Amino acid sequence: MAVNADFAGRSYPPSGPYAVDAAMLAAFASAVGSQDPVHTSTEAAQAAGYRDVIAPPTFAVTIAQQCDAVFVQDPEAGIDYSRVVHGEQRFVHHRPITAGDSVLGTLTVDTVREAGGHAMVTTRTELTTEEGEALCTSTSTIVIRGGE
Amino acid sequence: MAARSLAQTAAGDTIGPVTIAVARETLVAYANASGDQNPIHQDEDFAKSVGLPDVIAHGMWTLGAAGSVVEEWAGDGGRVVEFGTRFTKPVVVPQGGGEVEVSGVVKSVDEDTRRATVELTATSEGAKVLGRCIAVVQLD
Repeated sequence: MAVNADFAGRSYPPSGPYAVDAAMLAAFASAVGSQDPVHTSTEAAQAAGYRDVIAPPTFAVTIAQQCDAVFVQDPEAGIDYSRVVHGEQRFVHHRPITAGDSVLGTLTVDTVREAGGHAMVTTRTELTTEEGEALCTSTSTIVIRGGE
Repeated sequence: MAARSLAQTAAGDTIGPVTIAVARETLVAYANASGDQNPIHQDEDFAKSVGLPDVIAHGMWTLGAAGSVVEEWAGDGGRVVEFGTRFTKPVVVPQGGGEVEVSGVVKSVDEDTRRATVELTATSEGAKVLGRCIAVVQLD
């Protein structure tokens, strides 16, 4: 089944809230080999000017992918997840995601295109606090490999 | 750690190379921390059944590991204000573990915004695994 191009341009209502806590940030930092104490020590984070421990630069993907699920898992979108490969990922941080944040994500399907028998879908997730403070713009391109 | 300053930074500065070991356990830890439990990153039989050479690392683990190298250079992870890549090849993680080598070069420094643009290179077994991997770091 082909990817449904009608989804291009579609925006979804905000999803969440996703609660961010210190244990989650420490586990993520450890998994990517970060030694930076701003992820694990409240004291170090506050000395660097943050309210509490902050997220590593790629942590936002964990929330963005939960937001994407509403689209990726929609049977109408026609995405065969067993054929999906992550093609590109980019983050623009507006302020670091911080322990204690309650995050909302607003998903937009930017483009759906076909090339060389594969489909490429670019989604953008705007992460904000529940109060509306901008945190991160996460842009992701997935490639859905064509069937043989 | 203190955040890197503008005075400390110039175009052409290099970072690394840093060699990062990746074990199967690393990928289990990443799967648990990220929520991405795709079995191609943990189960050798499954990975091979879908045509992969072996277990492969999550692309986002590889980007995250490269991010840790940038953080160390920046002196404060919160200073990495933009970060992105194309995933060009998977990092293969055999039973005995694999390796990724990460290096970087400062492409430009904007004195007005006090931001440095860093291009990173990540290779595994001689193949480039991240393409156009760019970080923007807010300097002190």
